[in-house]
Amino acid sequence: MSEERSGANILVESLVKQGVEFVFGYPGGAVLPIYDALFGDERLRHILVRHEAGAAHAAEGYARSTGKPGVVLVTSGPGATNAVTGIADAFLDSIPLVVITGQVPTALIGSDAFQEADTVGISRHCTKHNYLVKDPADLAAVVDEAFQIATTGRPGPVLIDIPKDVQIAMATWHDGPAQRRQRYAPRTRGEIEEIEDAVAMIAAARAPVFYTGGGVINSGPQATALLRELQAKTGAPVTSTLMGLGAFPADSRDWLGMLGMHGTYEANMAMNQSDLIICVGARFDDRVTGRLDAFAPNSKKIHIDIDRSSINKTVRVDLPIIGDCAQVLEQILEVWGDRKPQDLTAWKDRIDTWRQKKSLSFPDNRDAIMPQLAIQRLFALTKPMDPIISTEVGQHQMWAAQHFHFFSPNKWLTSGGLGTMGYGLPAAIGAQLGNPNSLVIDIAGDASIQMNIQELGTATQYRLPVKVFILNNEWMGMVRQWQELTYESRYSNSYSDSLPDFVKLAEAYGWKGIRIENESELDAGIQAMIDYPGPVIVDCLVAKESNCFPMIPSGASHTEMILYGDTVAGTMDDEAKALV
Amino acid sequence: MEMMHIKHEAEERHVLTVTVDNEAGILAKIAGLFTARGYNIDSLTVADITENHAVSRITIVTHGPPSQIDQIHAQLERLVPVHKVVDLTEAGPFVQRELALIKVAGAGEKRVEALRIADVFRAKPVDTTTESFIFELTGAPDKIDTFVAIMRELGLVEVGRTGVVGMIRGTKEA
Repeated sequence: MSEERSGANILVESLVKQGVEFVFGYPGGAVLPIYDALFGDERLRHILVRHEAGAAHAAEGYARSTGKPGVVLVTSGPGATNAVTGIADAFLDSIPLVVITGQVPTALIGSDAFQEADTVGISRHCTKHNYLVKDPADLAAVVDEAFQIATTGRPGPVLIDIPKDVQIAMATWHDGPAQRRQRYAPRTRGEIEEIEDAVAMIAAARAPVFYTGGGVINSGPQATALLRELQAKTGAPVTSTLMGLGAFPADSRDWLGMLGMHGTYEANMAMNQSDLIICVGARFDDRVTGRLDAFAPNSKKIHIDIDRSSINKTVRVDLPIIGDCAQVLEQILEVWGDRKPQDLTAWKDRIDTWRQKKSLSFPDNRDAIMPQLAIQRLFALTKPMDPIISTEVGQHQMWAAQHFHFFSPNKWLTSGGLGTMGYGLPAAIGAQLGNPNSLVIDIAGDASIQMNIQELGTATQYRLPVKVFILNNEWMGMVRQWQELTYESRYSNSYSDSLPDFVKLAEAYGWKGIRIENESELDAGIQAMIDYPGPVIVDCLVAKESNCFPMIPSGASHTEMILYGDTVAGTMDDEAKALV
Repeated sequence: MEMMHIKHEAEERHVLTVTVDNEAGILAKIAGLFTARGYNIDSLTVADITENHAVSRITIVTHGPPSQIDQIHAQLERLVPVHKVVDLTEAGPFVQRELALIKVAGAGEKRVEALRIADVFRAKPVDTTTESFIFELTGAPDKIDTFVAIMRELGLVEVGRTGVVGMIRGTKEA
């Protein structure tokens, strides 16, 4: 069946065809035809955010927690530019998004028209691909390809810029499958020689370690299951990046905890002393490697990644395998068969001595709640509900990564690559929509939560029972920590002055507000949050100047971790200061 | 405390050919990738090469440390409209040519000498006045460099160069 339809209508039909449930958006002049096409259409549910950055992060939260692509709809100019932070965030963390932006009419493009911005130009380097659609007849195929590109290969955001006249103009709509160009076909299977080499290397290793990342989560639940299977057969211990938490269960005896700048002593030492690193879906990020010339000096490295440009980008590896994590793990398992690994007892004994350092321990505090303790209690009390956790960015994020533990994928939503403050609240909203029966908690800091605080209203409007748990230390804690450690405690502009009363703020938005001031109130406050059927802000006042340890200072190697109780110099040389 | 200085690595020159869908914004995508990631472009040429104008061939001359050249290759391949990237410098012996227009002004012995050297280089005068020539010269970049260097002493006014196009020698398609 084919008939004439408007561009806006073709767009809506194409989204429905893709199985889209939610569109996170904000209307404006250049998308009015699309909003009109959405009016009264019950096949798509539009979620009205309060700021376009919120739309992009909510779509990310939905995508990460469901494995399905998130869809964003915003207007031209400021609508698009406001969404850019979320798009860049999705690009660095490989989150599938399809972002639809309105554009001024074709004839006005380039004339500095009202609310005109060069959206395609601005988003060029923070999208996996983008389009400016100049003819409604192209829309169906463009939307179809956009979803394919966003969700296959290394996932990422794809932007479709649609001028207003293209939304109004008519074109023929075919009910059948869209005519997609066959040009994007990422390689997903490893070469058999590579797989055989990998198996031989793993079988020969006496001190192997799995270093896993967000790619395992992105590859889907099958990759998680296969990783666990391969780990069981090889016995190698597992560490993960921030993005990969949940792929391997935190209660396994072979779990080392997160690695990197704020990773555990045992994870970083195991990386440093290993003879084989099996990197699965991670990218040797600077937060992970520390000083490059001292990174895992005596290990061979296997790198499984779907993106060829991740191979040898920062660390040279011995065996790259380009492919999808699940498919390559399955291939390795097939070739592994009934092989037996080397005796790893000596290696695991060494790891146990590193575990004895108890690098996540922190001092008691009689006067104030230690933030780490607050996370531990939050974890203990919510564990039976198998919650979804989002975070903002900073100390609270790292404490959550260290002290909250994950057992399955898609439960941990955090801004890793871009490190976007303001991510957590909208992400929790998106996750709650995609998982209506889950307990969704945004672990936040007093500074970060204010970056997208307006989204409280979105949760209120859609009756979403999200929880925001603020570790309130009245500082931009991570900035303060770096200033303490590298700038001799010159706390330039890192104090959170003029904080709102978060309890009253919650109430103003129709949320419940709970304040926790003493350790004696901690469990009851958390329980009250869990028990309340609607949205809650918990303002948990914590020790103000706690630092997040362990920490590898910038420019240092894995063996130079700072633990609690170590004396810290309070300054650094210029080479170290220049690193991020 | 030790002061910081910027360090430099040894660099190589590479010629890459990139086959792309001929769609709006593709040149900006490629040129922008180089600036966004801090890569160098020495020259870039582009023209469509198919009958229906659907596919273009871009030749990029770049320089950088070997690891960066490898990244450039991978980052280019990552772009959706890019079909194929060939590093001619890696792929084997290849032909590279560019075209230059060189304007030289002068009189007397210098003018005669310019014409004589142009003949040696097989540069063709494509415009002549009593006081000037424009020479058209095709060749590998170093041939053009040499010619321009000589002309500099004989009254060089202006140089225009197309940038390099390259192709693998033999029957193989790049």
